[in-house]
Amino acid sequence: MRQRLQDLDWIGLYLWVLRAAIIILVVWGTIATIIDNPYSPRQWIDLIIFGIAQGSMYALIAIGYTLVYGVLFMINFAHGEFFMSGIMTATVFVATPLAATGFMNRQPLLSLLLIAVVAMVVSMSIAVLTERAAYRPLRKAPRLVPLITAIGASFFWQYYFRGLFGSQVIPFPVPDVMKGTASILGVEILKTQLTVIVVTIIMLIGLNLFIMRTRTGKSIRAVAEDKDTAALMGIDVDRAITITFATGASMAGIAGLLYALVFTQVHFFMGFFPGLKAFTAAVLGGIGSIPGAAVGGLFLGLIESVGPSLFLQGLGIPAPHQLKDVIAFVMLVLVLIFRPQGILGERLTEKKA
Amino acid sequence: MSETNNFDYRIPLQNGLIAGVVALSVSVIGMVTLLAQRYLIAGWLTLGQVILFMAPAAMSYLAAGKAPQNNRGIALIYGFLTGLISALPLVALILLNEVIDLRQFLPNVSPALIEILTFGRGTVAGSLFLIIVTSVLGLVAAGLYLLPDRIRRPIFSGLIWTFFFGMFSEILSDRLRTFFGTDFAKLIIESKALRPVVAVTIFIVTASLSVLWSRRGDKVKGRMAKMDTKSQNRMRYGLIIFGITLMLILPLLLGTYLSEVMNMILIFALMGFGLNIVVGFAGLLDLGYVAFFAIGAYTMGVLTSTGDLGVAGMSFWLAIPICVAVSMLGGLLLGMPVLRMRGDYLAIVTLGFGEIIRILVLSDLLKPYIGGAQGLLKINKPVIVGIPLIKPDQFYYVALAGCLIAAFISYRLSQARLGRQWMAIREDEDVAEAMGIRLVNTKLLAFAIGAAFAGLAGAIFASKLTSIFPHSFNLLISINVLCMIIVGGMGSLPGVILGALALVGLPELLREFAEFRLLMYGIVLIVMMLAKPEGLWPSAIRKRELHVHDNEDYEDYPEAMAPRAETRDPGLEGPSHL
Repeated sequence: MRQRLQDLDWIGLYLWVLRAAIIILVVWGTIATIIDNPYSPRQWIDLIIFGIAQGSMYALIAIGYTLVYGVLFMINFAHGEFFMSGIMTATVFVATPLAATGFMNRQPLLSLLLIAVVAMVVSMSIAVLTERAAYRPLRKAPRLVPLITAIGASFFWQYYFRGLFGSQVIPFPVPDVMKGTASILGVEILKTQLTVIVVTIIMLIGLNLFIMRTRTGKSIRAVAEDKDTAALMGIDVDRAITITFATGASMAGIAGLLYALVFTQVHFFMGFFPGLKAFTAAVLGGIGSIPGAAVGGLFLGLIESVGPSLFLQGLGIPAPHQLKDVIAFVMLVLVLIFRPQGILGERLTEKKA
Repeated sequence: MSETNNFDYRIPLQNGLIAGVVALSVSVIGMVTLLAQRYLIAGWLTLGQVILFMAPAAMSYLAAGKAPQNNRGIALIYGFLTGLISALPLVALILLNEVIDLRQFLPNVSPALIEILTFGRGTVAGSLFLIIVTSVLGLVAAGLYLLPDRIRRPIFSGLIWTFFFGMFSEILSDRLRTFFGTDFAKLIIESKALRPVVAVTIFIVTASLSVLWSRRGDKVKGRMAKMDTKSQNRMRYGLIIFGITLMLILPLLLGTYLSEVMNMILIFALMGFGLNIVVGFAGLLDLGYVAFFAIGAYTMGVLTSTGDLGVAGMSFWLAIPICVAVSMLGGLLLGMPVLRMRGDYLAIVTLGFGEIIRILVLSDLLKPYIGGAQGLLKINKPVIVGIPLIKPDQFYYVALAGCLIAAFISYRLSQARLGRQWMAIREDEDVAEAMGIRLVNTKLLAFAIGAAFAGLAGAIFASKLTSIFPHSFNLLISINVLCMIIVGGMGSLPGVILGALALVGLPELLREFAEFRLLMYGIVLIVMMLAKPEGLWPSAIRKRELHVHDNEDYEDYPEAMAPRAETRDPGLEGPSHL
């Protein structure tokens, strides 16, 4: 103990003060909110379920960041655009015509499957195209170079799709059966939110099986571990990387559909902030780790949804929900100060981080 | 199979399809239709046509390059076929549009677009005509490839310069009107486009200049190199004096609009110098740099505003040091928790800080102090000896002064002990620490000085606009500044200015195409990184690092021999490769 006190320099002191201040604020705010009790239990449950649904989407998008980071050590800034491109295209070319002909309400499951497939395929194609044209030639470049390319690709796709489908918000037709609420264990849940949660669980299980149990998954893991050795073992590294991108993008495509179901609209700019949040979620959970992405997404979604009401309401801050992103990013900073490797991340060697 | 002397159908097919998809893309996203309203050469050539046919021409040129050596016939056929195939996606679009109305899906497939694509000749005849045009274009491009270098080069530079003058004809016309009168301007430019005669003249003049330069350029360079140190120095000082004079009289030459653009460039260059210290010198990837810009701007706003929210009513000059100090403090406070992180974690945390500042500024929490979404109004303009600097061509000098100070400090720092410590940290943190550099302090200084520059830029920005709103401080600014220093060349001071000119100046000048500004921006970033990752004006060290694997560079820089390859910075470098 004494040794630790002696080691403490002024920056360490500052960090401790910072941590203490934030914890005191959070505890104080929570107690004040609980005493004040501004919400009914029903509202709290709604907030939590919305948080879980939002977090599920973040988790699905975060998978793409984490997979690519795991393999290439690169922040794929354009991933949010993969998420947007699939559902935009599917909405314009599939969902809207299906809804106009009434097919969507007659065969809701089939329609949604069709939309999902189109969204996934478009997202995947965009991702593979981007990888092939913009990232692959830069594999050996210094780290900042692919990052800039990714930023460029992000701008490019955003404004490409804006040109393609226009800058207006496009409504997404939700089939009638998905409207309203369902009752589970005595709790009323919006059907769309229930769908989001269920689909996310299925996708995550499927992804885990794919990565852990198949030969292709094994090759991806091998490439993530060590590209050169993997190549020596006869693994086609380029192919594994392409599949990594495609897998991440297909998850993003599904997330896009879920997003459209919950928010009932799509827009060319819709990928930007979810992408940013999902990357935050991936770092929170421990970047490079798939369960980490899931946990990080869920954590972020919950904190964003519940945090403002729980921590800030009691402090008498006006319109606390405006500050949900502040809470999310403060959480990120806190987690990284306490646990630099993220919640579930393995401690990366200095070279990798 | 590799080096056959035979015709290979895959080359024109591949090139043609790529060109076709690009041409189709620029059509369906609406670029062609929008740009077709803008003539480059009056009555002859629109910008839309240039955009539409650029890809077919370029891909035909490349296809000709892939033909077997010394086989001109195959090269020409490759060019022709590439052009032909590149028209097919467009023809498919035209025909498909006859069957179903594509406009319900793609709002930009309008009758106007079809009119442009078919040259107003109806579906069948128009499609055929389109195919003929691209085929001939492909043939011409292939022919151009086959020309000897000394003829081809002047043609290219002539084309590029003519295009350049055509693009900026509006500004050109404005300047001509100021200096030579309206009549002369009308003689050169007719409704925003070059007159055909003028275009041909520009082409001939620039092409001949290019010929002249290629013949005499080497001699001039040789004479320069032969001069002794004294006269070289004299020449350098002469150039510097010339540059300073030019900078001082620039607003007189540029006029109001261009001065305004220049002010934006200078403010961004100022930020660029700051971020260059953080990212370029010290190698700390900061994606939330806009936070300090915002802090500077809002400090200036609160201190000098004469509106309801102003607290002090200070003058600009009194507030400036306070703004810089506050931003510096912000840099220290935000820097301390994060500087022990490395690489991408640092990037995402700083990005978070940038967002936090923006959201706080926008929120109701701080609204009573800084105005929330309604912004902070009535910020003071600087006053020099009783003259308020209101017009852009007056304000220019304030921005220039800030920029020059930042450039001077950056230059001195880069030569100083501190600058070399930063670069040591950039190269390898562990080795730097072992050499006795105090990592955290040194990094904090980089953060704080970078933040100070951003704060200065923010203060100048606030004063320039006299009212500031939260949406001016979004993530895009951080990304813009980062791209600027990378496009210019990391760690290179002239690069910052070049980057600002290219990524702030050009988009400002091409405002009529604002809809596609960020699309072009994205393409420029990608192409730049693929073709010239070290930037437009790289610093010598960085250039050496990026080309450490190229053999010819070992000869250029004997001191940069192989062992250096292994000691590159882990923070900036990807995983190791063979």
